Amino acid sequence: MATEQGTRTSSMAQALNAALRDAMRADSAVHLLGEDVGALGGVFRITDGLAAEFGADRCLDTPLAEAGILGTAIGMAMYGLRPVVEMQFDAFAYPAMEQLVSHVAKMRNRTAGGLGLPITVRVPYGGGIGGVEHHSDSSEAYYTATPGLHVVTPATVADAYGLLRASIASDDPVIFLEPKRLYWSKDEVDLSAPTEPIGRAVLRRTGRSAVLITYGPSLPVCLEAAKAAEAEGWDLAVLDLRSLVPFDDATVCEVVRSVGRAVVVHEASGFGGVGAEIAARVTERCFHHLAAPVLRVTGFDIPYPPPMLEHHYLPGVDRILDAVAKLQWED
Amino acid sequence: MTVLDHRPTAPVPSWLPDATGPRSDPAPLLPDTSPVRVLGTPELAKYDPELLRDLYRRLVVGRRYNQQATTLTKQGRLAVYPSSTGQEACEVAAATVLGADDWLFPSYRDTLAVVGRGVDPLAALTLLRGSAHTGYDPRITRTAPLCTPLATQAPHAVGLAHAARLRGEPVVALAMLGDGGTSEGDFHEALNFAAVLNAPVVFLVQNNGYAISVPLTKQSAAPSLAHKAVGYGMPGRLVDGNDAVAVHAVLAEAVDRARAGGGPTLVEALTYRLEAHTNADDATRYRVPDEVEAWRAHDPLVLMERHLREAGLLDDEAVARAAEEAEALAATMRAQFHAEPQFDPLSLFQHVYAEPTPQLREQAAQLAAELAAEQMDGQTAGQTDGQTGAGA
Ligand SMILES: Cc1ncc(C[n+]2csc(CCOP(=O)(O)OP(=O)(O)O)c2C)c(N)n1
Repeated sequence: MATEQGTRTSSMAQALNAALRDAMRADSAVHLLGEDVGALGGVFRITDGLAAEFGADRCLDTPLAEAGILGTAIGMAMYGLRPVVEMQFDAFAYPAMEQLVSHVAKMRNRTAGGLGLPITVRVPYGGGIGGVEHHSDSSEAYYTATPGLHVVTPATVADAYGLLRASIASDDPVIFLEPKRLYWSKDEVDLSAPTEPIGRAVLRRTGRSAVLITYGPSLPVCLEAAKAAEAEGWDLAVLDLRSLVPFDDATVCEVVRSVGRAVVVHEASGFGGVGAEIAARVTERCFHHLAAPVLRVTGFDIPYPPPMLEHHYLPGVDRILDAVAKLQWED
Repeated sequence: MTVLDHRPTAPVPSWLPDATGPRSDPAPLLPDTSPVRVLGTPELAKYDPELLRDLYRRLVVGRRYNQQATTLTKQGRLAVYPSSTGQEACEVAAATVLGADDWLFPSYRDTLAVVGRGVDPLAALTLLRGSAHTGYDPRITRTAPLCTPLATQAPHAVGLAHAARLRGEPVVALAMLGDGGTSEGDFHEALNFAAVLNAPVVFLVQNNGYAISVPLTKQSAAPSLAHKAVGYGMPGRLVDGNDAVAVHAVLAEAVDRARAGGGPTLVEALTYRLEAHTNADDATRYRVPDEVEAWRAHDPLVLMERHLREAGLLDDEAVARAAEEAEALAATMRAQFHAEPQFDPLSLFQHVYAEPTPQLREQAAQLAAELAAEQMDGQTAGQTDGQTGAGA
């Protein structure tokens, strides 16, 4: 992989930008397309400078039509390119659902392996940035409920780079969910240093009282909760899933078995959400190791609220600690 | 001739069944490919001076509204504002051509048209302020919620107009969208449905040159957006979107036609977005100042004032009165936005369903307990984060 070496401060947005640039330098089949990805560099500037370096054909400003963008990417992939699609915001990916569900997810299967689609669909998702209606959806459950898609979501700057490179290199379609409220989070990292591959969860913090299982935008909240929990005498582990499909049953079960208590945390609505799946899997596989039921801390089952009220919706440290407190009852 | 060539070798025979023949008369679909103008032409004399002065007054008030809203974003009192500065003629005309029983389907940039329908300025801005989604009851002024997902309101307008016609009521729906929105599938499906159903609906496309950063040339290869009507079998009209009288006239004609059973019309208004896409956007990345300046010379307010004065239809007094009204509105907006918004966090659980589900009742109780605990901790519940952010 052609990358620039060395540790330096980078934001998640810069790491994603570097991943796209390096992937395009490394492989001329990598093409970007989406709304405003050219001169503007995307509304979040993730594609900043790429049209200037690679030209308007490889970093294509498309007409404003998500179904058209993704459908076109399918054709490009069928002809050997590796399209990377930008959906401007979570809720604006919905017009492309038909192409995604009926074709992107199923083409390999429909063609008995003849046509795989190496498409990466980047979707900025989630709340916490004061966005108005339709700008803060957490749409992961729609994607994870669609067999044939990989669903990947970084929570650290290093993973933003590593997982995006891996997603672009994947021969299967990847829904790459970017936690938009972490775009400006910074870290001292060597972006070229390898990270764990897609499909592996990473323990961000060890602990013996309980494990918080989380991903994407909720990781920093969980780490903060784990810190706050020290004052209560609780020693919390924090597990970052990094990828929802494939799901790392092995690591999740190993950690849950050794700790015995688990809370799943995500900001999407709870009902029918990813947390429900995780709680079910953990219960099925680790029942005899559990000292308490697996709990979920999630957003409420309501449409995402207006920005001035979103802090009541988003699962925060207190809600997580309340759940952890409940786990202790089972002793 | 190969087997694959289906071109008829002779004129289409007259016995061809109706089902395959043309469904609408091709001739009048796009009668004029140059934009309609009224200001500065002898046509102006045909219009009621009261209407002209009213349009002028509304333009002035609308411009001030845009300025005040933009200032409010700078003060952090509005989360985001997509200004319609430069496009006021379209906004004003959309509001004035509709009757009280007609329906407006606006997009996120169309607050001015919404206010023009009689919605309170504060209520029209809750979405962009961040305190609520739709702050007004759509049924009262027959104004649908400001719509953020592009072009998705267009089929709604068709359905509503169709339903009104089924009920025998003379209601017209007007859907507003931008040039970028015409690329979405929903736009095309709406046009097709409207034409097939002969629905009393008018589509107003404000072609302001850009969809965020993407210029029209990268959006559509058609000779004009009005041409898009032709393939669907409805009339397309091009109008100077900065000429308030022309926009009013063209829209009024389309509304009348729809009401009389003549079916839908697509109107493309050529205008320009003088400000950035929203306060969160940096327009210098994708357009040059010269272009903006050129359009400033064609400002809808300047045009209107100049031509009405020339025609002796506007005097200093009327100009001063409009300015006063504009200042009064701005003062009202400042006062309204200065007050902290009041909301009950538990309202989050209202209106998700007609009746809250047992799960929602449980979650509401959980939040109520959290808020009570917060209050016990001496913290003030229900305060805002005062965040500003991207969007719209
Ligand atoms: C379905 C959908 N995709 C993307 C967006 C994000 N977005 C908001 S405004 C905008 C540009 C719209 O341009 P245009 O239709 O020309 O209207 P204008 O903003 O110029 O009034 C985009 C891409 C959206 N709101 N909805």
